[in-house]
Amino acid sequence: MVKRRLRLVNNAELTRILHGLPGVDKVGAEARAASLGTRSIKTTAKAWAIDTAIRMVDLTTLEGADTPGKVRALCAKARQPDPSDQTVPSVAAVCVYPSMVPTAAEALKGSGIHLASVATAFPSGQAPLSVKLDDTKAAVSAGADEIDMVISRGAFLAGRYLDVYDEIVEVKRACGDAHLKVILETGELATYDNVRRASWLAMLAGGDFIKTSTGKVTPAATLPVTLIMLEAVRDFLAETGRKVGVKPAGGIRTTKDAIKYLVMVNEVAGEGWLDPDWFRFGASTLLNDLLMQRHKLATGHYSGPDYFTLD
Amino acid sequence: MFEYAPAPESRSIVNIKPSYGLFINGSFVDGSSSFKTINPASEEVLSEVASADASDVDKAVKAARTAFSKTWGKMPGKERAKYLFRIARLIQERSRELAVLESLDNGKPIKESRDVDLPLVAAHFFYYAGWADKLGYAGFGPNPKPLGVAGQVIPWNFPLLMLAWKIAPALAAGNTVVLKPAETTPLTALLFAEICQQADLPPGVVNIVTGAGETGAAIVEHPDVNKVAFTGSTDVGRIIARAVAGTQKKVTLELGGKAANIIFEDAAIDQAVEGIVNGIFFNQGHVCCAGSRLLLQESIQDAVLEKLKRRMTTLRVGDPLDKNTDIGAINSAEQLSRIRTLSEIGESEGAEMWQAPCDLPAHGFWFRPTIFTGVSQAHRIAREEIFGPVLSVLTFRTPAEAVEKANNTPYGLSAGVWTEKGSRILQIADQLRAGVVWANTFNKFDPTAPFGGYKESGYGREGGRHGLEAYLAA
Repeated sequence: MVKRRLRLVNNAELTRILHGLPGVDKVGAEARAASLGTRSIKTTAKAWAIDTAIRMVDLTTLEGADTPGKVRALCAKARQPDPSDQTVPSVAAVCVYPSMVPTAAEALKGSGIHLASVATAFPSGQAPLSVKLDDTKAAVSAGADEIDMVISRGAFLAGRYLDVYDEIVEVKRACGDAHLKVILETGELATYDNVRRASWLAMLAGGDFIKTSTGKVTPAATLPVTLIMLEAVRDFLAETGRKVGVKPAGGIRTTKDAIKYLVMVNEVAGEGWLDPDWFRFGASTLLNDLLMQRHKLATGHYSGPDYFTLD
Repeated sequence: MFEYAPAPESRSIVNIKPSYGLFINGSFVDGSSSFKTINPASEEVLSEVASADASDVDKAVKAARTAFSKTWGKMPGKERAKYLFRIARLIQERSRELAVLESLDNGKPIKESRDVDLPLVAAHFFYYAGWADKLGYAGFGPNPKPLGVAGQVIPWNFPLLMLAWKIAPALAAGNTVVLKPAETTPLTALLFAEICQQADLPPGVVNIVTGAGETGAAIVEHPDVNKVAFTGSTDVGRIIARAVAGTQKKVTLELGGKAANIIFEDAAIDQAVEGIVNGIFFNQGHVCCAGSRLLLQESIQDAVLEKLKRRMTTLRVGDPLDKNTDIGAINSAEQLSRIRTLSEIGESEGAEMWQAPCDLPAHGFWFRPTIFTGVSQAHRIAREEIFGPVLSVLTFRTPAEAVEKANNTPYGLSAGVWTEKGSRILQIADQLRAGVVWANTFNKFDPTAPFGGYKESGYGREGGRHGLEAYLAA
């Protein structure tokens, strides 16, 4: 039904589709997220969750001060998160600015680790479309196989859904074979209704992943926002047959938090999403906590932070 | 696959004695006979508990009368408040112990006894402690007097919470009590008796007499009881109403229910599904105000049922002490057989049964989360209280039809309305004949909110300022 209607898409049509989605009750959604957060994940379940979480990390550095040296170090860590323990799996991807893509591509060669680049005038998205498309194409041609774009929150909040839709379609085209993650920047969307609508908009426009945040805005990823997005991908698959991934990013720093997200993926979207192809964590400091907890679980004692590499 | 490893709460925190006496006049005394209380999740015997006969009840009432006339009834409100605050704090301090014991004796999941029952128990005592020295401002005259001795009989579904609902307002108002916990769940009441000792509550103010129906009858019929408070089945409620008719005793009855949970097409569907689950599967459906009749607007029937079934497959049924358990054990073999009987009747009447696929433990009393679709108003499963994890699904087309069906029941304890339209909430709630109407939520309780029923769901209110009226000579 959705597909047929989209052929004659205009802003009014799109508005009707998005505003026709069931509302989100804030109190109820937050209560559900909190209740999932009380699951007690121990022993074998915890070990499995930690390794799964490590395999889902998009190891990220998005600083103005990033240097090729820092990016190379990050790539080495992505390949082998814990040099003292060969059983630790590699992470899913490394995520950098477009200017760092050539360096990262070189450093990740042959590793099977994906290379994600933010693009489209990250993090604000405030640039002409032509600049955003060039930004995307440059990253892809330099070796990125995943693009993390930002939507125009201004256009979305003003109800110019078609502008946002068209922009995602254009960027998706510019991506070629690269996977497109659409950053909704939920911290600027203000309501859960908007999060649900933006999720559907991004999925209808062809996004392969929907991602919560740039990490540059507070709040970044939260459990209730991720709940709404997991419901959206679940419902979208049921309605259209197309599966879309979810990436919470920003603010997830501890193993305990990461496990709460995995429980939520398991019980809301289903175990079909419990895979790095369909769920990622956008994070930097999370990885070291996962390594520390992994070590603790295996040996029974904690090591100091100095036993894990900085980045 | 993400298999949650067992995460059992330790039961070593609670020390269950091999036997318990009756708590009369501040100390434990032997009864003439005894009965066993078991863990419904394993059928293991937990303890042997004294059974109070008419003479034991008489001793308890005498102790309560003496305490009323000598100490508690004369004590200034602010002094009574100190005891109640002390009890509330002790409950908080010992909440893990009480929660584990509640789950062991009742079968409810630890996450509910820990996160719902115990916080509410403490909140009730804190709340009514605050009223003890302000009774003159409660709207029942400048200097309202207590009634005297309150005889209280409570059910097995929320053993400690129902005790709190009964004892906290009674003591705050200056009454003394004789309370009988349910036969299958006496242990937390007995631990509460220890807390009364720990709080130095004067002897006789709280008396706990354990036993079956005859013990309850002896309390209700005792001539020196001024007030009877009962929560339980409508059948027993009728017997009590008959027994006190023509006496001076004041009565409050909180009885059965068959609540309608009404989902309109403009509801927030995902949260409504949570509300349906919480409405009927909370506490294994052993809830008098459970949303046991789901009224779905026809236009969203398929979508909601699909989501509901999907959600029900994630419910974890099993060991009540496992922190990840959502649905625990049915409280007794007797209750399980009643749930089975009514479910069989539902099938034979032509409704379609669907159960969440899950493994059940080999021992103990268990019933899978169940929904019946294609239910009509005439079916027994739409009219009778099942008091188990069994949901009857009906449909409606217009708001008027929803109200008509919701009210077409002998009960009237609670109802739920789900819609994103604020004006519709007010319009529908106004027409529902139910003591509590929840909007976009279900099974939410708070000590400040009065609770009670219409029609065969009983009379009187518990909780809030209104709950004081039942214990004051207003």
